[in-house]
Amino acid sequence: MHRIHATLAASAFALVAMAGTTAVPAQAQTEIQWWHAMAGANNETVENLAKEFNATQSDYKVVPVYKGTYPETLNAGIAAFRARQPPHIIQVFDVGTGVMMGAKSAIKPIADVMKEGGQTFNKSDYLSGIVSYYSAADGTMLSFPFNSSSPVLYYNKASFRKAGLDPETPPKTWPEAFEFAKKIKASGQSCGMTSTWLTWIHLENFSAWNNLPYATDQNGLNSLTPELKINGPLNIRHFQTLAELQKDGTFQYGGRTSEAKAKFLNSECAMMPESSGGIGDMVKAGMDFGIGSLPYYPEAAGAPQNTIPGGASLWVFAGKPAADYKGVAQFFTFLSKTDVQARLHQVSGYLPATMAAYEQSKKDGFYEKNPGREIPIKQMMGKEPTENSKGVRTVNLPQVRDIQNEEIEALLNGKQDAKTALDNAVRRSNAAIKEAAKAYQ
Amino acid sequence: MNRRVVFPNKLLPYLLVAPQIAITSVFFFWPAFQAVRQSLYRDDPFGFSSRFVGLDNFEMVLSDPAYINSLQVTVVFSLSVAVVALVAALLLAVMADRVVAGKGIYRTLLIWPYAVAPAIAGMLWLFLFSPAMGTLAVMLRDLGIDWNPLLRGDQAMAMVVGAAAWKQISYNFLFFLAGLQAIPKSLIEAAAIDGAGPARRFWTIVFPLLSPTTFFLLVVNTVYAFFDTFGIIHAVTGGGPGKSTETLVYKVYNDGFVNLNLGASSAQSVILMVIVIALTVIQFKYVERRVHYA
Amino acid sequence: MIERRPLGALLAHFILIVGIVIVAFPIYYTFVASTLTTQQIMAPPMPLVPGGHFIENYGGAFAGVATIGGVGVDRLLLNTLVVALAIACGKIVISILSAFAIVFFSFPGRMFFFWMIFITLMLPVEVRILPTYQVIVDLGLIDTYTGLTLPLMASATATFLFRQFFLTIPDELVEAARIDGAGPMRFFRDILLPLSYTNIAALFVILFIYGWTQYLWPLLITNDNNMNTIIIGLRKMISFVDADTQWNLIMAITILAMLPPIAVVVFMQRWFVKGLVETEK
Repeated sequence: MHRIHATLAASAFALVAMAGTTAVPAQAQTEIQWWHAMAGANNETVENLAKEFNATQSDYKVVPVYKGTYPETLNAGIAAFRARQPPHIIQVFDVGTGVMMGAKSAIKPIADVMKEGGQTFNKSDYLSGIVSYYSAADGTMLSFPFNSSSPVLYYNKASFRKAGLDPETPPKTWPEAFEFAKKIKASGQSCGMTSTWLTWIHLENFSAWNNLPYATDQNGLNSLTPELKINGPLNIRHFQTLAELQKDGTFQYGGRTSEAKAKFLNSECAMMPESSGGIGDMVKAGMDFGIGSLPYYPEAAGAPQNTIPGGASLWVFAGKPAADYKGVAQFFTFLSKTDVQARLHQVSGYLPATMAAYEQSKKDGFYEKNPGREIPIKQMMGKEPTENSKGVRTVNLPQVRDIQNEEIEALLNGKQDAKTALDNAVRRSNAAIKEAAKAYQ
Repeated sequence: MNRRVVFPNKLLPYLLVAPQIAITSVFFFWPAFQAVRQSLYRDDPFGFSSRFVGLDNFEMVLSDPAYINSLQVTVVFSLSVAVVALVAALLLAVMADRVVAGKGIYRTLLIWPYAVAPAIAGMLWLFLFSPAMGTLAVMLRDLGIDWNPLLRGDQAMAMVVGAAAWKQISYNFLFFLAGLQAIPKSLIEAAAIDGAGPARRFWTIVFPLLSPTTFFLLVVNTVYAFFDTFGIIHAVTGGGPGKSTETLVYKVYNDGFVNLNLGASSAQSVILMVIVIALTVIQFKYVERRVHYA
Repeated sequence: MIERRPLGALLAHFILIVGIVIVAFPIYYTFVASTLTTQQIMAPPMPLVPGGHFIENYGGAFAGVATIGGVGVDRLLLNTLVVALAIACGKIVISILSAFAIVFFSFPGRMFFFWMIFITLMLPVEVRILPTYQVIVDLGLIDTYTGLTLPLMASATATFLFRQFFLTIPDELVEAARIDGAGPMRFFRDILLPLSYTNIAALFVILFIYGWTQYLWPLLITNDNNMNTIIIGLRKMISFVDADTQWNLIMAITILAMLPPIAVVVFMQRWFVKGLVETEK
């Protein structure tokens, strides 16, 4: 019996000691660490991109590392930076953009990376709506748009037919969309509309698309302490309508992120504003669906303006050896290649980052075969962005979204009306923004 | 808590505690000290500017209604999880102790959930109860229940309590069963001869004799409900709707990891440590004395 | 002899069966899901009897993960096994020694050490995760088994359990050992260890499960896909956002990830329960 314990103890220490011997692979190439948050099928895409790039040259090896969800990845990056061991490239979600912009010397703008790495880089090659979202106030492009999406309206053609609606004509405006939803409900179907990402679609994009201010100071682009403007009459009307439709189930809330998709996929709800990036599930489910533009309000002057991207971009951490940035720049050039971008766009539902990839997809006849897939691109670049539609920046956008979601949930649960909900959201968000900005002063 | 008979030895005890003290110092006290330090500063996320703000972070946290709310949520959540998990486990253990046939099979089938990781348990419960795709959610709605935990805080709470208690029942069950089997049968037989019925025997003999087990489980379940349920809440409700399932630990995570407010998050960690340390001391100093060591 | 009550026994069986149906249902559900296609899983209500895709899904589970991060399920399972074993064994060794010192010796600073150890009883790694991460980076332990395991040994649960058990050992036993002229280490080896054997087995089960089910910590301190655990590998495959998730494969891997800890619990339950019984004596 003593021997058993001795063995137990010995094996424990042996296991711990083993750690010292886990071999580091031979460093013939320069490793480029790429931390990302892509799970599922997108994880495979990331792995394949790295593999493909690594096969094209032998100086650098891009190593993709999954770091959990978007917030987990951002946090791992920040923790690693503070511990002076950041990766080269980190994928940061749209709402983390403000945080990264506030990080100033922690990051290296990709415009600089490309220049120092000796790669040609021309901002105008990229889609304007995306470029402006990921650029500083002075126009310097800060991060590389990896996966950008735009909200569109998915609708179930079978449900439309059942309600006597034309399956080829999606609603153009919100009042129309709500009419359709009521008709669908009246035809005995369970639910007219649901929606993913209420804050991104019904607040941030709602403002940009209707050319309304989301916040002061160009939606926060020029200031650390913008004040939100999301309690205007049109905002209130929109949410009051949603709340009333929620009561009889014409509209059904489905969660803060994209959980609501399940309600659309199982044909429970007939319409759903959702990210263009979410198309994969609809295709895979084999349902008969159509895509329409994101609805707008005809009374809004200048609507529809342009949408602002969701998704994520790739940021480069500062403080690495110059040789490493050469590799990073090469990798971004590889990612910008027209065939790579066109392929990413066509398989994923994300927007192409470059104009050339868009043209290529047109030439391939991709949009004729897949009507609806061009809509998110057109929404993003139909018009030159205004002060209201360049993007939304606050250093703590994740927190602001949390606050908004909480107030919206209380509204949809019948605990308060839309005016109270949005007023509260503005008041609480402004206080939180002021508090968060203190750390940067 | 002290033995009367001990070994006289000068050096040896220090050598024996050394490994644990070393690990505890490096991986507990040093980081805890860092957390305390951090709680007195206001940093930007990347650590460029760091300003000493004294107790500002604590003031901010304690005057925040959301913090008071998460304190209430934590109390309700922890109590519910501990009560549900302990009562269900005790009931099952008493039954399993009574049956003669199939005891082993029952035990084997009841202990499986213990081996499931919280991160995975959360995913499973989401699959069962999410209003859009959950099999059991569909059944609930067919029964005429307005099942909508995405908007109704009470239902969301029921869902996370269910998931958290589910995972803990097996563990408690095993301990209770072991405790029950350790009770000398002669004691119970003697009581039976005296004419005490099953219920009376349970309350006068079995339950008091189980008190060390119950005490231990109470500690373990409290710790569990406080900390190890993070993965479940994260996966099932994300603290919502509103803030109705945001526990203290979830808030530490959310303020630190999502909202990147390190000062506030550290201040909350420190408060949490103080609360938990106080609870531990109380448990050792007072509760333990009342516990019956058979 | 206690009176026999057939009705009572029947009731006991009934309650146990209801309990099992509730407790085991989510696991059964996962198993059923692991034998269906993703389409069947996603279209509620999901069938509640196993489908015909068992071989396809479990075969695919091994092939499927191999393409994610270039790491196979076998490697992930091995990593998790190493982590779980190291945590279990390491913590048992450390804890039994310190509990021995605290219960059987009287020395200056004993109470100081007692509290130093026991205030960590209820504080898991999560509340101090970022500073602990910093320590790991400073010690160069990122992507090592040491980094994955050592910080998780810094809690007092096992010490607590050993202490509870040691307190129940009668003074007479210690006295007898001392009269026999046995030194403390001989007492430890010849009397305490054999008595603790089943306790160790019970703790092994608890700590193995604890190590096996870690998520946040391994996620933070592994950058190398080869050092991931199965739980992280699994989470990598799950996405509710913008990705067609292969739920059938995920369910199959979930079952695979549950099997080793379930096997440990089921096969060691005899010792587990016995170990706990001994604690109470």
